[in-house]
Amino acid sequence: MSTDVNVKLDALPGLDPKALPLQVKNLQVEFRTRNGIAHAVNGVSFDVRAGETRAILGESGCGKSVTAQAIMGILDSPPGFVTGGEILYRGVDLLKLPESERRKVRANRIAMIFQDALSALNPVFTVGFQLGELFRKHRGMSRQDAKARSVELLDLVKIPAAKQRVNDYPHQFSGGMRQRVMIAMALALDPEVLIADEPTTALDVTVQAQIMALLAELQRERNMALVLITHDMGVVADVADRISVMYAGRVIEEAGVHEIYASPAHPYTKGLLESIPRLDLKGQELSAIKGLPPALTNIPPGCAFNPRCRYAQDVCKQDPAPALFQVSPSRTAACHFWKEVKGDE
Amino acid sequence: MSDVVLETRDLVKHFPLTQGIVFKKQIGAVRAVDGVNLELRRGETLGIVGESGCGKSTLARMLVGLETPTSGDLFVQGKNMSKVGAEERRRGRRNIQLVMQDPYTSLNPRMTVGDIIGEPFEVHPDVVPKGSRRRKVQELLELVGLNPDHINRYPHQFSGGQRQRIGIARALALNPEIILCDEPVSALDVSIQAQVINLLEKLQNELGLSYVFIAHDLSVVRHIADRVAVMYLGKIVEIGTEDEIYESPTHPYTQALLSAVPVPDPKLRGQRDQIVLVGDVPSPANPPSGCRFRTRCWKAQDICAEQEPLLQIRDKSGHPSACHFAEVRDVVHATE
Ligand SMILES: Nc1ncnc2c1ncn2[C@@H]1O[C@H](COP(=O)(O)OP(=O)(O)O)[C@@H](O)[C@H]1O
Ligand SMILES: Nc1ncnc2c1ncn2[C@@H]1O[C@H](COP(=O)(O)OP(=O)(O)O)[C@@H](O)[C@H]1O
Ligand code: SF4
Ligand code: SF4
Ligand SMILES: [Mg+2]
Ligand SMILES: [Mg+2]
Repeated sequence: MSTDVNVKLDALPGLDPKALPLQVKNLQVEFRTRNGIAHAVNGVSFDVRAGETRAILGESGCGKSVTAQAIMGILDSPPGFVTGGEILYRGVDLLKLPESERRKVRANRIAMIFQDALSALNPVFTVGFQLGELFRKHRGMSRQDAKARSVELLDLVKIPAAKQRVNDYPHQFSGGMRQRVMIAMALALDPEVLIADEPTTALDVTVQAQIMALLAELQRERNMALVLITHDMGVVADVADRISVMYAGRVIEEAGVHEIYASPAHPYTKGLLESIPRLDLKGQELSAIKGLPPALTNIPPGCAFNPRCRYAQDVCKQDPAPALFQVSPSRTAACHFWKEVKGDE
Repeated sequence: MSDVVLETRDLVKHFPLTQGIVFKKQIGAVRAVDGVNLELRRGETLGIVGESGCGKSTLARMLVGLETPTSGDLFVQGKNMSKVGAEERRRGRRNIQLVMQDPYTSLNPRMTVGDIIGEPFEVHPDVVPKGSRRRKVQELLELVGLNPDHINRYPHQFSGGQRQRIGIARALALNPEIILCDEPVSALDVSIQAQVINLLEKLQNELGLSYVFIAHDLSVVRHIADRVAVMYLGKIVEIGTEDEIYESPTHPYTQALLSAVPVPDPKLRGQRDQIVLVGDVPSPANPPSGCRFRTRCWKAQDICAEQEPLLQIRDKSGHPSACHFAEVRDVVHATE
């Protein structure tokens, strides 16, 4: 869909249509709070190709949502500040663009959906009005055309009786249907990148299956890049191409989905996979990771995982934190002992 | 003494739907639990699964006496709770304790952990003599893997997993034989979840507890449960051993539920026989006639709208299923 907005975006200085739709390099975010500085994101890098699904996997509080918020420019600031790194859309660093351009890229090219659709939608306007608003504002459509497009979109996300439902308010939809409405809003302006932050965490598995199937179908049709943020290792195994595992604000392992599940190279990834109940463990103790993740105001020196790690040695307690070692040409892990970890399966 | 520690017969809970503010007029009822028959045996874990809104929590609240049944009977250790005297009922209640999902909201933020865990002694002063209560609370803290020296701390000084341990310690204060766990690990991260599941299993072995374990995570339930009941819109639609339910489910709802769980193994991607159900659970205020699952069932026939399928054994698999056309179907699922 070529529109005047896209034409304007094509003229962005440094835009390279052949560059990746999204590339994050060494992103740093901190929260300056009364209790000190919370180092929420400490040098996160990842990228995603058109048509590819990049999973960001990690437990709560490890900085997944903050990473997404920084990309979308919706960080709670203050107290949150991006203190370093680059966020590249087809080679253009969004952090260096003038505010108005940056907003245009974010509105048109990169979209996001959230766990809680109700708080992402405006309760006082009908779903049709909110969708239509996007087309009027960003595409200069007439009221009537915008309404027709809104119905098409609700149809696209498989909301039954879209023609009638377009006049309903968000609270009149069930949890699953509301998630569809949010997906419709995110896709309205044909983004190249969709960031989905725990999109099915609050839903029943049956509804989760519907939403994941819908996302996969839309992604395929549009060759969209999908960044899927989740803590669910089942969902990741089902849909991801590549995975970045996060711990205490860092990516600690990066690999293709098959490599990671077959032979994790970082003790944290390995621990996560071993905590899932499996049939052959019935009647046995689950292998839990001991302890808790660190407070981000007080990350231990050296490897942040060392107090919980069963492989830890003295070197792990000393700065600098282990770098991302190249495990194979296609994967990295931030562990001094990745060879041992990967070897003993 | 009978081996059945808890039993329900046709247990029903209808919440009245009213209209008007001053002169409330009943215009209908939310049929949250609609005729449930269950048995819990000594030392076993009975899992209950089903989508949200199916009545799992309402059932749990009736079992622990927080909700009065609209009709039906509840037997604790063979005694009918609606027929016995107040003192006997109190003793029955004491024997069943509840562990809830949300360790963040179920603990009073202004009470110390010691007061929270010891609170049940105020209601049942005969359990532990006053002088030794503090000791007892410290023993409980130790039992659930917390530091007994932290008895004077407040809930906010603990992590989510630790708060769930506090909830468990409190449930154990009165030495109950039955613990009802309503989504006890759903709010926890997977590594912490494993710690709490291990604790619950350890306590069961050491104290000989019987559990009713409600969870929406089917692989967690498979890990911990001996038998499993599947609930849909206020009714049990299938019940059997863990193996029967997971390996040879016969009710279409159970099959759909199991097939929807993503398998944490990318090698199995695309190999699953996934049944994607259309739509959501209908309102329990107005459930479909006949079989309540028929509006989402791909096997539904005319008879399904006309005749309610009873929960009974009806095919070779040998466990009860409430479907006119119950038959085994292989579904590759989460814990394969
Ligand atoms: N608005 C905020 N104010 C202060 N700190 C915040 C805020 N949002 C996030 N943080 C900090 O960032 C950390 C990471 O949060 P988040 O990215 O939401 O984690 P998750 O991986 O669960 O999505 C939190 O543990 C918290 O310390
Ligand atoms: N106090 C109440 N008043 C009215 N309706 C209720 C009440 N508690 C639960 N319900 C309704 O009963 C049904 C079952 O709820 P619940 O037992 O919480 O299900 P579950 O735990 O399986 O999610 C739902 O439709 C819910 O809205
Ligand atoms: S660097 Fe050391 S502490 Fe960190 S994960 Fe590797 S072995 Fe464990
Ligand atoms: S009784 Fe009919 S509608 Fe109900 S589950 Fe069986 S086939 Fe489906
Ligand atoms: Mg988050
Ligand atoms: Mg519930």
